Amino acid sequence: MTEAAIHVEGQQPSLHVHAHEAHAPGAAQAKGQQHPIRLYLVVWGWLFVLSTCSYLVDYFGIHGHLRWSLILLFMVLKAGLIVAVFMHMAWERLALVYAILLPPGLVLVFVAIMVFESDYTHLLRVIFFTPMA
Amino acid sequence: MAETALTNIGASPARLAGWRGIVADWSSDQRAFKNVSWGKAMMWIFLLSDTFIFSCFLLSYMTARMSTTVPWPNPSEVFALNIGGQHIPLILIAIMTFILISSSGTMAMAVNFGYRRDRVRTAALMLVTAAFGATFVGMQAFEWTKLIMEGVRPWGNPWGAAQFGASFFMITGFHGTHVTIGVIFLIAIARKVLRGDFDVERRGFFTSRKGYYEIVEITGLYWHFVDLVWVFIFALFYLW
Repeated sequence: MTEAAIHVEGQQPSLHVHAHEAHAPGAAQAKGQQHPIRLYLVVWGWLFVLSTCSYLVDYFGIHGHLRWSLILLFMVLKAGLIVAVFMHMAWERLALVYAILLPPGLVLVFVAIMVFESDYTHLLRVIFFTPMA
Repeated sequence: MAETALTNIGASPARLAGWRGIVADWSSDQRAFKNVSWGKAMMWIFLLSDTFIFSCFLLSYMTARMSTTVPWPNPSEVFALNIGGQHIPLILIAIMTFILISSSGTMAMAVNFGYRRDRVRTAALMLVTAAFGATFVGMQAFEWTKLIMEGVRPWGNPWGAAQFGASFFMITGFHGTHVTIGVIFLIAIARKVLRGDFDVERRGFFTSRKGYYEIVEITGLYWHFVDLVWVFIFALFYLW
């Protein structure tokens, strides 16, 4: 029960004060995720800029490591903006944020495994199944 | 505190900071997501499972592309279009990207107007979002038609590695399906908004539960996720 007492007295970070989205059945609807429209328009603008940038990477035919790092950078920035602002993750309670955002991170382990696996397959194909010239 | 008391089961959403707060939430019995309604939590968990589905598609594409000894077709050329005598690389995909981002923008604003209980604007913005989505699917149908006419099949294509077609149809097909379902979802909810279901808390046909404007945000979560997946497909399949 001491835990419960701490819960009630716990402080809300100021970020969360306006981001309250709970509803009580039958009670008046709470404010929900209310953020200024301006914020959405700014994010929208940035998504356009970032998309244009990633398109220009292809348009100007940048190649090699610079191309891949730029593509990944723009991808991560766009994904971050969408999840954080459009999907309101920046204002959600941490218990939800970590429950949703940590598991996909484990996919990177899968990626690493498959990189080794496909390198190995590639090697076998080069050694034993080289296409006839 | 008066406002924060309005949760579904009356639990206080106040918390400890950082990791201690997460542990306290998860170890508190009955309910880990204190101030998140079940509808939103379930949509997030569904989206998490969908993330794994698309991750598997993109991973199998990566594996196919890394392990083949045949050169991969150059997407920049494959998806180029001739517009007004100009040969522009990847232009169709770029336009589709901008359309989907715009639809995310209108959706975010619809959620905002929903919580302000602005019935007409919410429904209008949702229908605009649905229209953008339908346009996107239309352009994708055009893209598929063009590629099929050029001889791309799941088992081969004229330009290189045979796995290109299988990866392309699988990944964009599943994404297009998600967009289509999203459009239907948006139209269904927009109709309810317009009819005033969430102002009178009319009970749902299937669920018999009262409707709240929060469903607009939940629909929005799904829609933004579709946009999010496209960000990854655009980067990893079309640009790589």
